[in-house]
Amino acid sequence: MTVSILLFLPIVAAVIVALLKNGVAKHAALFFSVAQLVIALIFLSKFIPDASTQFRIDAPWIPKFGIYFSAGIDGISMILVLLTTLLVPIIILTTYQHEYNREGAFYGLILFMQAGLLVVFTALDGFLFYVGWEAALIPIYFICALWGGENRIRVTIKFFIYTFAGSLFMLVALIYLYLQSPAGTFDLHNFYTMSLDAKHQTWVFWAFFLAFAIKMPLFPLHTWQPDTYTEAPSGGTMMLSGIMLKMGIYGVIRWMIPNAPVGFFHFQTLVIILAVIGIVYASIIAFKQKDGKRLVAYSSIGHVGLIAAGILAWNIQGVQGAMIQMLNHGINVVGMFFIWDIIIRRTGTRDIDQLGGIAKVAPKFAIAFLIIVLGTVGLPLTNGFIGEFLLLKGVFTYGATHFGNLVISAIAGSTIILGAVYMLRMYKNVMQGQTNALTATFADIKGSEQLTLGIICALIIVIGVYPQPILHISEAAVTQLVNEISAKFTM
Amino acid sequence: MNTIIIISVLPIALLYLGLYKAQKALLPVSVIGLLVALGASVYQWDQHDAAQTQYHGMLLFNNFSVVFSSVTIISTILILLLSKGYFEKISRHIAEYYAIFLFSLAGIIVMVSFNNLVMMFIGIEIMSVSLYILAGIKKSDFASNEAALKYFLMGAFSTGFLLFGMALLYGSAGSFNMDAIRDYVANHPHIDPMFYTGIALIIVGLCFKVGAAPFHFWTPDVYEGSPTLVTAFMSTVVKTAGFAAFLRLFSACFQPLSDFWTPILIVITIITLFIGNITALYQQSFKRMLAFSSISHAGYLLFAIVSLGSASANSVLVYATAYSIASIIAFGALILVQQQNGSDNFESFNGLGKRNPFLAFVLTVAMLSLAGIPLTAGFIGKFFMFTGAVSRFHIGLVIVAVINAIISIFYYFRVIIAMYFRSAERNEVAVPVYYKVVFAVSAIVTILIGVYPDLIARFI
Repeated sequence: MTVSILLFLPIVAAVIVALLKNGVAKHAALFFSVAQLVIALIFLSKFIPDASTQFRIDAPWIPKFGIYFSAGIDGISMILVLLTTLLVPIIILTTYQHEYNREGAFYGLILFMQAGLLVVFTALDGFLFYVGWEAALIPIYFICALWGGENRIRVTIKFFIYTFAGSLFMLVALIYLYLQSPAGTFDLHNFYTMSLDAKHQTWVFWAFFLAFAIKMPLFPLHTWQPDTYTEAPSGGTMMLSGIMLKMGIYGVIRWMIPNAPVGFFHFQTLVIILAVIGIVYASIIAFKQKDGKRLVAYSSIGHVGLIAAGILAWNIQGVQGAMIQMLNHGINVVGMFFIWDIIIRRTGTRDIDQLGGIAKVAPKFAIAFLIIVLGTVGLPLTNGFIGEFLLLKGVFTYGATHFGNLVISAIAGSTIILGAVYMLRMYKNVMQGQTNALTATFADIKGSEQLTLGIICALIIVIGVYPQPILHISEAAVTQLVNEISAKFTM
Repeated sequence: MNTIIIISVLPIALLYLGLYKAQKALLPVSVIGLLVALGASVYQWDQHDAAQTQYHGMLLFNNFSVVFSSVTIISTILILLLSKGYFEKISRHIAEYYAIFLFSLAGIIVMVSFNNLVMMFIGIEIMSVSLYILAGIKKSDFASNEAALKYFLMGAFSTGFLLFGMALLYGSAGSFNMDAIRDYVANHPHIDPMFYTGIALIIVGLCFKVGAAPFHFWTPDVYEGSPTLVTAFMSTVVKTAGFAAFLRLFSACFQPLSDFWTPILIVITIITLFIGNITALYQQSFKRMLAFSSISHAGYLLFAIVSLGSASANSVLVYATAYSIASIIAFGALILVQQQNGSDNFESFNGLGKRNPFLAFVLTVAMLSLAGIPLTAGFIGKFFMFTGAVSRFHIGLVIVAVINAIISIFYYFRVIIAMYFRSAERNEVAVPVYYKVVFAVSAIVTILIGVYPDLIARFI
């Protein structure tokens, strides 16, 4: 059994769903995405959590240029495959209350995007990785531009140009690595064995950094993100924030640092500072936001900044924290955008100041919202806690090397408080206090909404109480990768 | 070899058909004739005796010739299929038009199989003279006349450069034969300055023909003024042939002297990319945008010659094929939209996504391919070009190309945005069956090459 079934099923599903009529398409899309999840779980049950790459497929694609259709799952990929296959059905469920025109196209694009994402997360060939990277971009562009808000055309083209620009530089870096590789292939592990000189590694590093930093996004390349998240339809926002930005983080772990370790090592402090600036900056802006969707967008920049800082510290705690936090951030941010989707649909506003008192009229909704907020701020016994704890530990381990680094780490840590402040304040303003004309008739959640939020809340609590199985999946792979690459830093 | 004969006899047969008023038979006869020529060409693949030169070293029909003549013949068939009902609107004497198209193609086949500079020149002239006429077939249309005159004057001017360059090469090497010129370059440690001047002049002449800046001034006006179908032919088949000839000449004769001409071509490439892309950005007319984008694609194609090597022919083949089929879709869609609205502005495409989902979809595939987005043939072409350039350490050039690829997104996506995200109250555009076939074939080929490039990339 190879990973190819996971990569091709969504493409087939996308074509089928795209041809279906309104009303049928969403059910078919849900069916296919659940089938994907089941397949992923079967893979998980057969997965041996050591550092090896399993379920390999390795077929010639353009052999003349050393390009192979080569993919597989190791512990790091497994987490992201789970994230993708878990979130896509949840995201499809969250859109059940919407009536999209040309529904088949909408869900077809979501499923096609899933295929692209899974290719990115499992590819072991540089060319395949790049193709998956772009294959995930095209559908989300159309999702945002076709079903988005008023300013969608301007905002989405900005988004597209930004990410496309970054990825082209990555393509040049991949071609460069390919031409330098002794075997003349795009094979990832072949790249790992090379040792380029420091100057060339620096170039490769920056080319990759541009692509991944735009995707995450890291300060100062984040300017496309809040607009796009706000203008995109809620399903698109969830795909972007829940799954797509993890492409950038994954790329850093798998492609950027291992392929240019020395180049990275020279600039490690600089990029960590950028990540930390991003956390502080985004938190301050989030603090000031009146628009609920924008607030969540900025908080997402902050959280991703912390994940990035943990990875860039490049030790086992930091990277392991990033692995589990990618999963958690995906769950939480999808929950958060769904909460806002429900609020916007019922009240027609995103303005926090116009809301209030919803908890009185919609108690179930209030509980779900609270659990998601607590998960996002990282309260112990929710899923956010273990991830943030490990990330901070990783950042502080890095900080222990040097006093200046310690300051950076301390600043990164303090932002956890900031995050709690704006999130809880948002909750207070929206849910508590007196009801007003807009919120007095707020109907409580029911049906598919209840199911979706129930699943999300259950995941938040279960992972929060017992995160060990998930940490265990990626532990061996992360340990091996971190040790292997750290050994090259001093070269 | 038989390919050239078939394609030369075919137009004469068509002229006779025209004489006997067999208007309906023209298109089928041309297509069948071209298919036979295609078969004759493919039959030459890997033939041992074909590796021998023919007619006293004038022609060499090798695998390079086979693939490029096949690609140009197939593109011509697709374009001719779009011509159903097109020429009738211009004039009653349509047999001549088909005949001139095919005469031009005969010149092109010579251009991809010459082994002597004189044959190259004759091929280019047969092609060009036919095109001067085709540009002006709308006799009562001011723009068409302007295009024909401009094309003729500029073409004649560039021919002068080409011929002068060839004369200088002859003066140094003592022969027009490419094998003799190659031997001269290989065996003489001190190359005559006259020879270098000859190369420079040939570069100027060929850059005129393929529309590379700063020798591109004729392109926008000629492309815009000519009937759209002729523009489609000029910007696809003719451009492919121009680059095939360029590559054939340089890889056979001038490769050892690359230190001399590479810097010249790098400068030309950079100027071409920027001028093509930045000017395309400001166009309101879709047709003019395609004209400028064809200049920028000439820039990408020049990459193969700048980084001349064993993979260059493959790069040009893939890139030119991808570019040709995408352009055929774009021009075909333009013809239909133009017929309905009488305008070729971007606004004419507004709301096409709702009214003609199929047409909008294939045009989207074409635009994505021209922009070089993965899973389309255009990306594979760009990928090969970039790989070639990086392998020769032209990193700066690749960065310039990347910046230009980003710029090109703006104007290619303008069409997509107009089709899907803007709306207009118009009727559905009628898409004739022939167009549907051409569109479907081109879109499928674009995606197939994009997904599995080995289909085409393994040939040379």
